Amino acid sequence: MAHQVSETTRSSTGTRATRTLGIAALIGVAWLVAFGLGFSPADRDQAESVRILYVHVPSAWLAYLAFIVTAISSAIYLFSKRHSLGWDRLAGASAEVGVLFMGITLVTGMLWGRLTWGVFWEWDARLTTTAFLFVTYIGYLAVRRLGGTFEQRARRSAVLALLAVLEIPLVHWSVRLWRSLHQEATVLRPDGDVRMDGLMLFTLLVGIAAFTMLYAWLVIHRQRTLAADDALESSGLDVAIAARRAEAVHDAAAETPGGSGVPNRDFTSERRGPGTGVAVDGAA
Amino acid sequence: MTAWRTAVLVARKDLLVEWRSRVALNQVLPFAAIVMVMFAFALDRRGDAILEGVAPGLVWLATLFSSLLLVQRTFAVEAEDGALDALRAASVDAAALFWGKTAALAAQLAVLEALLLVIAALLYGTEVRPSGVVLLVVTWVAATVGLACVGTLYGGLAAGAQGRETLLPLLLLPAVAPVLIGATRAVEAALGTGGTVVADGWPWVGVVSVFAVAFGAGGTLAFGPLIDE
Repeated sequence: MAHQVSETTRSSTGTRATRTLGIAALIGVAWLVAFGLGFSPADRDQAESVRILYVHVPSAWLAYLAFIVTAISSAIYLFSKRHSLGWDRLAGASAEVGVLFMGITLVTGMLWGRLTWGVFWEWDARLTTTAFLFVTYIGYLAVRRLGGTFEQRARRSAVLALLAVLEIPLVHWSVRLWRSLHQEATVLRPDGDVRMDGLMLFTLLVGIAAFTMLYAWLVIHRQRTLAADDALESSGLDVAIAARRAEAVHDAAAETPGGSGVPNRDFTSERRGPGTGVAVDGAA
Repeated sequence: MTAWRTAVLVARKDLLVEWRSRVALNQVLPFAAIVMVMFAFALDRRGDAILEGVAPGLVWLATLFSSLLLVQRTFAVEAEDGALDALRAASVDAAALFWGKTAALAAQLAVLEALLLVIAALLYGTEVRPSGVVLLVVTWVAATVGLACVGTLYGGLAAGAQGRETLLPLLLLPAVAPVLIGATRAVEAALGTGGTVVADGWPWVGVVSVFAVAFGAGGTLAFGPLIDE
């Protein structure tokens, strides 16, 4: 069966701009490794374990940025007149990357906590909220996979992303109240009044810049693969319908001319997807 | 038909379905009771008064677990035969639908919580002191409304989708964390668990009330877009 790939479907999600961005992110990460592991000094109190923070803090920052992007693009999807699925995919891509970085944040934070506080986990308000954020967005990603039409997925997940904006401050507030009744914050916080060495601060900023570029690169590519996913899903249906039709036409031609009984309706319009990508010209 | 009347009718319908099917009565309530017994197996040690100290938290935990079943139930009824779509097609106001279902769920939860408290009194030796009754009742009302709002909202989100049974706990449990924290502390204060005084409980009722108001407003706005196909 002949189906040809139209011009809108490319074999790669890269463009010149994203390649430049990718290279810049790579250089940034290399810089971070050089400064974080090499040039920056060990901390007086935390010794070498301070180096974990050069990954921990940027990934935490990124996770929050990613969830903010998810919330904003969900709001744009929901409240704009066009309901463009591009915003929905941006929200989804950003949430995926956000969950990844939140996972990195939690793991590096626990490692650092074990070295500095002596325990992996402290029931601190910030830690607890972060864990909740992680679980909430895992739930968000699960909702995105529920199935149904693209519009259903977009609407459900957009509402959920906005509900998370409502939920997270409530969780943070209640957890903070819960903790404050039990203990004062005695632990050394990553953002506390640790006086920072100039080179350390520079390394941290390098980390944040490198991770932000990495985030942008990942989200752009993920957004494009999601678009390709959607296109594939809707084209899969088109191809299947075309195959059945070709069969029917073939049977009709071979056995009972003009009486196959298969209606020659156009099903493709029932499934509205973004640019179906694959042009089918094997049948009808 | 006014939105109020619609909400009352929806709530009445839900409660009637529930009453006639007896699922909540015959399955969810026994489940909640067995959870309370299992808590005792897991936590009770001879000589330590652990259960009495953690009874308020266990009551709310059992409530949350059972509320998952109730929420699933309230939307399973709607998803079968596309009843939810039919309601929307009959131009039933989404906000009224939300409040009707929330009210029905709240009524079931309220009964469940009261029974769980009785079970805690019987099995764990929990005692209600007269000075804490007002706090207890206010917490009961605020937490029930909050749980019902958020349950209806997320239940509606997962309704009709494949794999909703496993999805709902993942969505609902993190969202109701403020209720678990707030209501547990408030009930501790009301019962005087661990030497707490009644006045300590009021800020916690505040937390639970803010939660209920926030998700009530969120549900009123978001329920329509959520259930529309």
